[in-house]
Amino acid sequence: MSTTVYYDGTWQGLLTAIFEDYEYRLQSCIIVKSGTAVTQSLFGRTHQVYTDKKKALRVKNGLLKNVGKAALQELYCAFLSEKEGIEVLILRVVQYYMAGEKSVHSNYAHEDVLQIKQIHKSVMRERHRFKAFVRFRESTDGIFLALIEPDFNVLPLISTHFKDRYADQLWIIYDVKRQYGLHYDKSTVREIVFDKSIDVKQLEAVCSTEEQLYDRLWKRYFQSTNIVERKNTKLHVQHVPKRYWKYLNEKEG
Amino acid sequence: MQAERIQEKLEILADAAKYDVSCSSSGSNRKNTKGGLGNTGAGICHTYTEDGRCVSLLKILLTNHCIFDCAYCVSRRSNDIKRAAFTVQEVVDLTINFYRRNYIEGLFLSSGIFKDADFTMERLVLVAKKLRQEHHFNGYIHLKTIPGASDELLYEAGLYADRLSVNLEIPTESGLKLLAPEKNRKDMDEPMDYLKGEIVRTKEEKKIIKSTPKFAPAGQSTQMIIGAADETDRHIIQTANHYYATYQLKRVYYSGYIPISHDKRLPGIGAAVPAIRENRLYQTDWLMRFYGFRHDEVLDEQHPNLDLDIDPKLSWALRHLDQFPVDINKSPYELIVRVPGIGVTSAKKIVAARKFGKLRLEHLQKIGVSLNKVRYFIICEGFLPLKSDKPAVLLKQYILAESQSKYQKALSSQLSLF
Repeated sequence: MSTTVYYDGTWQGLLTAIFEDYEYRLQSCIIVKSGTAVTQSLFGRTHQVYTDKKKALRVKNGLLKNVGKAALQELYCAFLSEKEGIEVLILRVVQYYMAGEKSVHSNYAHEDVLQIKQIHKSVMRERHRFKAFVRFRESTDGIFLALIEPDFNVLPLISTHFKDRYADQLWIIYDVKRQYGLHYDKSTVREIVFDKSIDVKQLEAVCSTEEQLYDRLWKRYFQSTNIVERKNTKLHVQHVPKRYWKYLNEKEG
Repeated sequence: MQAERIQEKLEILADAAKYDVSCSSSGSNRKNTKGGLGNTGAGICHTYTEDGRCVSLLKILLTNHCIFDCAYCVSRRSNDIKRAAFTVQEVVDLTINFYRRNYIEGLFLSSGIFKDADFTMERLVLVAKKLRQEHHFNGYIHLKTIPGASDELLYEAGLYADRLSVNLEIPTESGLKLLAPEKNRKDMDEPMDYLKGEIVRTKEEKKIIKSTPKFAPAGQSTQMIIGAADETDRHIIQTANHYYATYQLKRVYYSGYIPISHDKRLPGIGAAVPAIRENRLYQTDWLMRFYGFRHDEVLDEQHPNLDLDIDPKLSWALRHLDQFPVDINKSPYELIVRVPGIGVTSAKKIVAARKFGKLRLEHLQKIGVSLNKVRYFIICEGFLPLKSDKPAVLLKQYILAESQSKYQKALSSQLSLF
């Protein structure tokens, strides 16, 4: 009999769900965040997962032992894609990894494995993009603020990069779509959520005169470094798709 | 207004620097220091200009005043254009402030030659020194090496910069003589040779003494202008190969000449930029550096120029049909990577995946191989190559008929069949 499994939407929660699928022989067919509306099959069971760090850690360690760190990271990235049905795909791949020999994670001919690889690739591409497409504006109180709306939930994947690079600078990167951000205070990065009453776009508008100068210089530089004789709009849009223009100051009108 | 003057300078000096195509910012892994700013190695392109080129570095000239009169260069002495010069501090401020806003990976600083080589080089070095020592900047710095600068200055440049480069400009010596009679190859070779020696020496020393300071960790590169003189592709690739081998360059860049002058020695204003040719040269460069091809396998006396309508690997394969078909499930990696339509990444995946079972055509497709080309050159489970009895000319026609080149519009129908 198949089961619909509810979990809290976190990575730890999903790993717990995977553990319990083994533990209770659930044959999970749908794993969704609690509160998601699902059409129940007539004879289906439901199961509620309560995130358990110990269970999650056992799944993690099992994977580390069987397929290694890189393959585990691939699954985590695939999870951050937030694609519909990603949980069950991850479950199936974990089952395949745990049952097989040591390097099954490089079996590119396996349907599910290949799918994980492809999703991982697009998440990593998005991660790379958001190392690039973050634009800080310095506010009057010296905080560098950037707003983003990535396709996937990449903030956890870019945190270390920005922490290392801008170690001596106060910054906030805020995901407007997912309504949370990272705040760095020159020692640690913390997750933050802005009060609902705050208009983030307004926050961005408060900036120093120096900020206005460099914003203008950057826009001028962007124009001047272009070679008109080589105009290639197709290539330009391929590299900087239009959906990202909103927060790129050089693409402002 | 101070701000307006800076803006004008930036426009002039970015415009003059844009013909240098290098934008690489990887190849070095400088970690951030305590309380410092920045690191390198991520190879991030922060944006792309409307010509589709990546913007990774703040690419500017310190000045476009120049004592030389090279025909192909916008900043040539005899050209009637606006001139400007940054102060050292202005470049430093721009770099730091652009970097802090995550606009760039670092600085690519070049310059026209004003007064003499040492005078110019000294100022380039000063910018890099200030960034590193006063601002604890650990982002990427690419400095142009000025031919004729003293070894002492070159050495100092290597201590602060990640990459150094001298542009060869024209691929052949005869072309250089014609278009830049005041320059000569020897002046370009000397600094490259000196820096190569120091880079090798530092690497050796670092193996023994870990604290040896970095010296141009991202190595040296160069650039050649394509289509300004009458060189063949074979000349270009031979020159590239020579510089890769002799000076251990990390990269050779090929820059299609953009007509900027009415000089009779050059293609006139309005002539097309040789973009396809440039692309084929890069493909050939990649074949040499990542695919295990020798330069004389791709171009030789009978074939001094690359085909424009097909890529150089396909062109090579069609001339060497005796080396095919390649068996996907048995052949070594080195042969698989030579199959048209299979890149380095796909070849690696194939070699990894075939351990788990025989690969079929549909597996290859999912891995990301372009079947359109591949199927004339391989054997795999349940598949024998198509039309293996047909001559190369016909195979080429089949492949072209089924493919959609992004260059189709630009390619005229008069292109010669090989």
